[in-house]
Amino acid sequence: MNATIVSGRKQPLVYRLPVISHFRKSVGLQRGMLVTGLVLTIFFLLTTVLAPFIAPYGYSQLSDASGTFPAQQAPGGNHILGTTVGGYDVFSRVIWGSQTAVIVIVVAVAMSIFLGVALGLVSGYFGGWLDRILVVIADAIYAFPSLLLAIVMSIVINRGQSSFWGGIVACSFAISVVFVPQYFRVIRAETIRLKAEPFVESAKVVGASSVRIMGRHIFKNATRTLPLIFTLNASEAILTLAGLGFLGFGIEPSSAAEWGFDLNKAMADASSGIWWTGVFPGMAIVLTVLGLTLVGESMNDLNDPRLRGRKRAGGKVPAGSPGPTQAAPGAEASAESRMP
Amino acid sequence: MTIDIGSVSDQPKTGGRPVLDIDKLKVTFATDSGDVYAVKDVSLEVNPGEVVAIVGESGSGKTVTAKTILGLLPETAVSSGAVLINGNNVISVSAAKLRQIRGRDVAMVFQEPSTALNPVFTVGWQIAEGIRAHADTAGHRVSAKEAKARAIEALRKVGIPDPETRVNYYPHQFSGGQKQRVVIAAALALNPGLIVADEPTTALDVTVQAEILELLRDLRDKYGTSIVLITHNMGVVADLADRVVVMYQGDVVEEAPARVLFAQPREDYTKKLLAAVPHLGRNSASQGMTERAHQGGKVLVEAKNLTIEYPGRLGSPAFKAVDGVNFTVSEGEVFGLVGESGSGKTTIGRAIAGLNRTTGGSLKVLGYEMLNFKERTFKPLRKEIGFVFQDPAASFNPQLTIGDCVAEPLIIHSNPSPAEARKRVGELLESVQLPASYAERFPHELSGGQRQRASLARALILNPKLLIADEPTSALDVSVQAVVLELFKEIQREFGFAALFISHDLAVVDMLSHWVGVLYKGKMVEQGLGNQVMGNPQHEYTKKLIASLPVPDPDEQARRRQEFRAVLGG
Repeated sequence: MNATIVSGRKQPLVYRLPVISHFRKSVGLQRGMLVTGLVLTIFFLLTTVLAPFIAPYGYSQLSDASGTFPAQQAPGGNHILGTTVGGYDVFSRVIWGSQTAVIVIVVAVAMSIFLGVALGLVSGYFGGWLDRILVVIADAIYAFPSLLLAIVMSIVINRGQSSFWGGIVACSFAISVVFVPQYFRVIRAETIRLKAEPFVESAKVVGASSVRIMGRHIFKNATRTLPLIFTLNASEAILTLAGLGFLGFGIEPSSAAEWGFDLNKAMADASSGIWWTGVFPGMAIVLTVLGLTLVGESMNDLNDPRLRGRKRAGGKVPAGSPGPTQAAPGAEASAESRMP
Repeated sequence: MTIDIGSVSDQPKTGGRPVLDIDKLKVTFATDSGDVYAVKDVSLEVNPGEVVAIVGESGSGKTVTAKTILGLLPETAVSSGAVLINGNNVISVSAAKLRQIRGRDVAMVFQEPSTALNPVFTVGWQIAEGIRAHADTAGHRVSAKEAKARAIEALRKVGIPDPETRVNYYPHQFSGGQKQRVVIAAALALNPGLIVADEPTTALDVTVQAEILELLRDLRDKYGTSIVLITHNMGVVADLADRVVVMYQGDVVEEAPARVLFAQPREDYTKKLLAAVPHLGRNSASQGMTERAHQGGKVLVEAKNLTIEYPGRLGSPAFKAVDGVNFTVSEGEVFGLVGESGSGKTTIGRAIAGLNRTTGGSLKVLGYEMLNFKERTFKPLRKEIGFVFQDPAASFNPQLTIGDCVAEPLIIHSNPSPAEARKRVGELLESVQLPASYAERFPHELSGGQRQRASLARALILNPKLLIADEPTSALDVSVQAVVLELFKEIQREFGFAALFISHDLAVVDMLSHWVGVLYKGKMVEQGLGNQVMGNPQHEYTKKLIASLPVPDPDEQARRRQEFRAVLGG
């Protein structure tokens, strides 16, 4: 009956997924940043999944059929990235370390996201004394240095030293204590904004219950920024984990590979010219965090129409201005060539 | 009807070249969904001392045209053509040259005076800022003292009383109308030949609007300033403009002297636009009535000495938004509530729907005393009350389809099967003249008018006894407004619900309501039959309100202007 219906349809689900929709919107430099971040992140995730196939040795392996591994061997031969002072294979530990990192991210963010979102919705929607108490608690947690908090948690949970899951849980718990207030804050702010929107009031006047309003009307509209916080938090989680490991509150080398722990052990090596034990775990941390941060930051920019670069409008350009065929790297280009 | 073309030339036509000459202007915006051609091909001239109105509905490109005149387009826009101001082409001059032109040759008056002024600086400082940005005639920098003196002069010009003192006031110390005067003073500070006024009165109340229009007319008459007036309000056009340019979807549809355009519109679009403008005193719902209708039926809403207070901040007293108001709404009756911003009309509407608490007196809604409001006990009554919000874009959850939104009241109150719900939604959409297939669309895929019709469908899906419509058409274009109002009238007749119709627009209220109440600062100053209140107002405020409403007819408006002066004087 009406031909325009088709053109007004929603785009297929794939194109509405967070990262994909951002990629389609991006242009120029912003796309470059996003792609770099995505490549690094995907590389990191692939390493995690394929670790058993890539790593030549186990994370706690000290010997193989040909005998015990030599300590502090320079890169080359059987050990492409050399071995540590304890005789571990650096390459294997770097690869296995990515697995620990991903598990900690997933557990930490999962714990904090559910609690944070739920508390944020309830606190923002109902307000009153509950809201005030929760905000004070969140502020109090903010006031703590996160690493200190993580150390305390780690000590409380397993006296500082631990098995694989003990360490993971301690770490994740410590991280999520720091992250819950972030999710809480963001969702609470969105909820308070949305609470005054006419569509929420219109649900109120038709008699919808509070649970229905929160679940159906506010929740869906309040979660747009979550993918962004998720990526930024993921990189922060890795840093906290590495920090804990570096300070000696991480996971024992016999239970799992952990980049921060390796860095700690590599400290003494650095002064005696043994660079490979520190550089490679360090690079792994830097690249992973860089990848996640790039993804997060570009999503942040692309979410905001004012920060988002666009292709230049129109084929018709006033005389004297650079033609539209020139690559327009995002906002910068359109800014300078706007007024010819 | 004949037009005395001779009288049209009474506009001041001093010879010489035009102050503004727009030639074949095109503006294109880059958006996520491809290029948007906001202005396609616009050419127009403004002569010295002339008021040219650019009218059009939203999306017609009138504001973009205005912004181009000052070179204020955002980075995503590309423009071509020529915009000549005193021989300088704004589109192609350098940024430094553009800065010189702004303020000296052309200045802008913005729509919303409260956001156009910076709250942390005094108004004098803000006016002086523009003065000091330009060298004086001798090419010297203007001293701070001199700039302030000129700012005082500018404030005096726009009729701010006691400008020597008030030059040191901050924006929040002025009322809305005075703030707009300050914005105009800032525009006038350097005596530009041309002022671009983008919807200068849209954010203001109608009584204040009349004063600002008066001021703009004075500027033209006394100082020979040309004005480009961007507006969607045909009454404002009739009041002020010498010449009118009608825009539609980025193109100029028609250009004519104001009196010719209103009397003999040439193009179909212009005719349609003019016909859609509500005209006070025509098409009144209470036409021919002599006494209040529907008084036999049950009284649905009864307010006795109703008082609603908003708690003040620490140390300051509570603010009385509604102060001792009495009224009743009976079954089947349309009660129109008129008032300016801050009169308490929306507060009353929200209180009836249980969105605001009442604090004194008595408000009975369907027999329920709202003073002892408890959500749990009031909930069963909610299905008898429909509510239509002002902004149709914001009153739908963007994540749900129109069908889900319209069905929501039904699902909450009667828990129907999905098939039943779908059928009922289809019926309702049909009765508000939307195709049933629209149920699957998302709100952003509908136009403003369509959304407001869907909003009406949602309010009516449970067949309520009472409908509260809070400014349901003020976010819509006039032609859309006309259609929605007509539909509202028809549906009200068909469904027979009682309605509380809240609006600031007298003409709109008169078109729909049988009984009209006029609110002023929280008090009900007058109520009566629509035609009596509009035709023969008793209270001083109502008289002023009606006199200040501009009508879309230049000759009639000129006459009314005299009356308005008389009302103000007397």
